[in-house]
Amino acid sequence: MKIIVCIKQVPDTADIRWTENNTMVREGVESIINPFDEYAIETALRIKDENPETTITVLTMGPPQAEEILKRAIAMGCDEGILVTDRKFAGADTQATSRTLATTIKEKAGDFDLIICGQFAIDGDTAQTGPSIAQHLDLPQVTYAKEALLIHQNKILVTKETEYGTEKIKMQLPGLICTIKCDYNPRKSTIVGSMKAQDTIIPHYSMEDVGLSPDSVGIKGSPTYVSKAFRPAQREAGEKIEGTADEIAVLLADSLKDLGVLK
Amino acid sequence: MAKGICIFAELTPEKTLAGVTLELINKARELSQKLNGEEVSALLITGETDLNHIFDELSKAGADHIWLVQDPKLVQYSTDLYAKAACDVVAQKDPSIMLIGATTMGRDLAPRISSKLDTGLTADCTEIDINEKGQLASTRPTFGGDLMATILCKKFPQMASVRPKVMPKPAMNIDKKADVENIQIDFSNTPVRTELIEFVKNIQSDTARIEESEVIVAGGKGLRNAQNFKMLEELATLLGGSLGASRCAVDAGWCEHSVQVGQTGKTVTPKIYIACGISGAIQHLAGMNSSDIIIAINKDPKAPIFSVASYGIVGDVFEIVPKLIDELKNRKGL
Repeated sequence: MKIIVCIKQVPDTADIRWTENNTMVREGVESIINPFDEYAIETALRIKDENPETTITVLTMGPPQAEEILKRAIAMGCDEGILVTDRKFAGADTQATSRTLATTIKEKAGDFDLIICGQFAIDGDTAQTGPSIAQHLDLPQVTYAKEALLIHQNKILVTKETEYGTEKIKMQLPGLICTIKCDYNPRKSTIVGSMKAQDTIIPHYSMEDVGLSPDSVGIKGSPTYVSKAFRPAQREAGEKIEGTADEIAVLLADSLKDLGVLK
Repeated sequence: MAKGICIFAELTPEKTLAGVTLELINKARELSQKLNGEEVSALLITGETDLNHIFDELSKAGADHIWLVQDPKLVQYSTDLYAKAACDVVAQKDPSIMLIGATTMGRDLAPRISSKLDTGLTADCTEIDINEKGQLASTRPTFGGDLMATILCKKFPQMASVRPKVMPKPAMNIDKKADVENIQIDFSNTPVRTELIEFVKNIQSDTARIEESEVIVAGGKGLRNAQNFKMLEELATLLGGSLGASRCAVDAGWCEHSVQVGQTGKTVTPKIYIACGISGAIQHLAGMNSSDIIIAINKDPKAPIFSVASYGIVGDVFEIVPKLIDELKNRKGL
């Protein structure tokens, strides 16, 4: 069993500050593994726990320093990492990003059975890269997955959460799943894992290494572009309601009635 | 030359039209006026045969055409089959704009279509418009709502998935029957690689689904245990709303993840959001700060939730909520 987990380095939301020109203040912002990708890693590790012959490759596209999150994933228990990095990738939308990742998988990752991605990245929040990778590689997919169990050499049973309920879906492998928050927590790195991560050499591949052309990556390869960015009007604090619990209950009930929700 | 606006018509498990589909048709009518009256078509992919009420609703909402792909294979949603059908129809009809609801189904399907057709897709938009050059301008929140971006697309169709419940519903008063065109799709070379083997419906006694609720009563760490959520449920029921929870409450096992509001949960936009014992971490605010009215009850006057609250109450949830429930019951004569 070979699993590829696609992860993304994102700024920790709690640290984000903006300049007047709507660019992010980079100083003092910690880089983390996108939280949904941690569930993707954990889901892969759980399959490996049950099927010890499994190998897990973590893949990311990003600047050279994104190597660091690959090392963190190896410290958690993944086996190897691949970084695809090139200045020409800058400004990529989800179509260019998924093409770059899919091509890297095809060219550099060898045969695989399963690809796992986080459902969303907390910075972009598009939820598009995973399904687009599946499309580029002509794979079946299950999105909004909260659990995955290998039930056969080439079948996986995925629990999916929708607006309406919970589905169990059997998917043929090779295939791709996107994880939401799971009922289990991502594991911490171990000392042995951290030592292994230190010793692991992570290959860096450029656009040319994976055989892509400048027209198909970065801004040039992106059908969408940002025409403007702006900060939404910030909400302002409204009135404070004070009084005894009884008084507050009456005031609240009045407000709810005025708002038309008390029929 | 690509022309017209295509709306993906989503059916719920009960085989009714998803609310967002009607919102999108309504929006498409407005966009159409800025595009010299380009026509609005609903793409309906289904295995159902009794569809007159669906055609009727699509017509009343304002669809000019219904592109129908009907096949017994399509009773259950399948990424493989639905993507094949949608791509074939779009390639044949060549619309200039395609809009899909940003639901679990829409967000599963839309990127397959855009990648296959090699076009652009803007995710989870909260505003869409036509700019002065006649292009689709899709505006969406990023960084958990901290920054809004307006995105344009260089290729056709210009695609966007649109967040449910942010655009108004249609008046359903258009008195013109949309014409229905049957489109045959050859699925013989399309393997179906997933199989739905079980579906367990959410049990939500009297309360609606959180995404559709007009009122959400949410609890956080301040509720202390699962048992205490019963009173929030009671309050939600009295207000015809549903229960929500912060990440703390879900991680503690007091509530299901399906009701979690915030960055790793749901983004909700109810009329009224009542936050009980929720401090208001930025990750939580990202999921609810577009609510029309926010009522916050928290002991800590410094809790960040108060910075977004329309009504802030510094007080004890365990005193105020039961009194409020009594007061509401009295007024309802219960």
